[in-house]
Amino acid sequence: MTDNVLADSIDALLEDSCPAEVVRAIEQGGSPARLWQTLADSGFADALVPEDAGGAGLSLRDALPILSACGRVVLPVPFAQTMLVRGFLAASGVTPPPGPATFAIADAGGGEHDIVCSRVTHATTSDWVLVQSGTHCRLLPTAAARLESPGVHGSLEAGLTWGPPPADAIRIANDADWHAIGACVFAAQMAGSMSRVFDLTLRYANDRVQFGRSIGKFQAIQHQVSVMAEHVAASRMAAEIGADSTSWQPSPLAAAIAKSRTSEAVPTVTAIAHAVHGAIGITAEYDLQLHTRRLHEWRLAFGSESYWHDRIGRAVVESRDASTAGFIVDRVFASSRTDRTTTE
Amino acid sequence: MIDALPLAAVPPEDEALRTEVRQFLSEALAGVPAEIRAHSWMGFDAEFSRALGRRGWLGITLPKEYGGGGRSPFARFVLVEEFLAWGAPVSAHWIADRQSAPLILRYGTESQKHFHIPPICRGESFFCIGMSEPGSGSDLASVKTRATRTSDGWRLSGQKIWTTNAYRSQYMIALVRTSGTAEDRHRGLTQFIVDLSLPGITIRPIEDLAGGRHFCEVFFDDVALPDDALVGQEGEGWSQVTAELAFERSGPERLYSSVVLLDTWIAELRARGADDRDSRALVGRLVANLSVLRALSLSITAKLSRGESPVVEAALVKDMGTEIEQLTPTLIADAIGRTPDAPVSASLVRALAFVTQMAPSFSLRGGTREILRGMIARGLGLR
Repeated sequence: MTDNVLADSIDALLEDSCPAEVVRAIEQGGSPARLWQTLADSGFADALVPEDAGGAGLSLRDALPILSACGRVVLPVPFAQTMLVRGFLAASGVTPPPGPATFAIADAGGGEHDIVCSRVTHATTSDWVLVQSGTHCRLLPTAAARLESPGVHGSLEAGLTWGPPPADAIRIANDADWHAIGACVFAAQMAGSMSRVFDLTLRYANDRVQFGRSIGKFQAIQHQVSVMAEHVAASRMAAEIGADSTSWQPSPLAAAIAKSRTSEAVPTVTAIAHAVHGAIGITAEYDLQLHTRRLHEWRLAFGSESYWHDRIGRAVVESRDASTAGFIVDRVFASSRTDRTTTE
Repeated sequence: MIDALPLAAVPPEDEALRTEVRQFLSEALAGVPAEIRAHSWMGFDAEFSRALGRRGWLGITLPKEYGGGGRSPFARFVLVEEFLAWGAPVSAHWIADRQSAPLILRYGTESQKHFHIPPICRGESFFCIGMSEPGSGSDLASVKTRATRTSDGWRLSGQKIWTTNAYRSQYMIALVRTSGTAEDRHRGLTQFIVDLSLPGITIRPIEDLAGGRHFCEVFFDDVALPDDALVGQEGEGWSQVTAELAFERSGPERLYSSVVLLDTWIAELRARGADDRDSRALVGRLVANLSVLRALSLSITAKLSRGESPVVEAALVKDMGTEIEQLTPTLIADAIGRTPDAPVSASLVRALAFVTQMAPSFSLRGGTREILRGMIARGLGLR
């Protein structure tokens, strides 16, 4: 029940504060300040911060509805990432500063003194970036970085380069797997976005009339929409697997499953959505493109399906488990064997 | 619309079964070659089924008063998952355990329950399903096999086909017409438990493309059935059949049919160092998909255990699951062929050939891909 109350309230907050016009305005360079203030006032940003540090003390599992809801409205600010950054800082004994924060992994061989992150999600709407570099993380102000926009229409991603950080910059020993955290966060947002894409497509299939009837009455369309429903159901389940953790951070293997399966779904889900919509789906005016453009970016963020397939495959081969099913039961779902019951 | 499918977990008391089952299977299946284990739930071994019965692992969800285990659907999930993971020969009791006994429990009379369920739980009574006919495949409501009332029972005439294990089962639960004509569609259909030893029944196995004999043609020539052969309500056969489908379509057998092949290939990858990124990524892709499917299947099991009937969700899982089951031999074949000069064991070649040859049946049995997608579309409100 608690899950549903949380999901309903975060959905209502995001639907009210971030309709499609707001997404469009911020994508085109408008200020995210007002949207951010509304979200900051809600208190959800500290969902993963322990209660004794002033947060809600939720587990990642409990916080999943918030992450998914960010995707459902293609939120143009890094609210989901901020939750994780604040969770990490609080767990490391650092008081998180206010403002939107994203996270990134420094490029390998980024230069002797510079810190280079070539693709930072929501770079253009973040005040802070938590950059993992080797064994440490630094919380760096976006304003101090040289920003290189990739020049992609409507993208919020950018490359960021910082000069040598000042000696007093916050530097924290890192024991977290930020690829896995990114995988979990973007799997959840992709699952949320694909759910909305599915809703739009189903509605359009029912509303659009050709040859004297709704196109959804044609078997060729029905079967495509059914396939889409399958991928969306799998993606939502994958996101649940990824976030199934009692702490603030995911299990790397679960996050790998989550990101690989949601990334794998993106080409099929977006292709069917556009095929069913026809020309209207290609227009700037219709909301579908807000999702599909972002889904293609998020598919790559923190590793596409192939990156994660390789990591999972390596884990299977190295495990020496006699059977795939054994690996799945004993390793992928290891946590659910011990800390979960079915009766909630 | 399609219901949410929340992540579920097997309760600890059912999960506890797993260790014992693994121990048993590791001994019972020691030395059985991969190409035999790759038959998955099509592997038939009556003695093995009886051994499971002796351990209390058949009919585990059925009430104890009928010889069952009185456990939850999660207990059955654990058992079946392990049977499939190891490639145990479970075909003999499969239909009876999965759907015939639950159907008899739900719709049968007290005497039918006491007569049929205990031997099913002992692995002594095997069942087959008489649905398809030469003129009725996906269009099941058009069946023409007919039972006509007599003074002391019924006379059955007609023909069933593609009936798995008919020649080595004791009983068939047949869907037949008892009133009206094929044009009446879902009305006038009734289910009967047919004793396959009765006079007037002819059973002929049909050899399959891999040289196996499992499915059959079954002819009924004026077969006299007693009154108590009828199960459930006369004329309610269609709704009774539909209720079985969520059980039939959502279990682990809809995702694990090709895992023995996958495991056999992975073992060879390991043996040669698994240095090839493409092969590793393929392992990862299949394991990622199987993990998600397993969670979906378990989520449906949780719904079934609460008495719900998630028929549309089950169709969705089966369609996706069989796709991965079919992709597995296709992609493994390509991975093996990527290095044409590297050695491959004969056992892997045979397992791959068998699964490749049988794979088309994965999306035919239990409802074709096209029928399932139509059901999903109806569930979404498009039809």
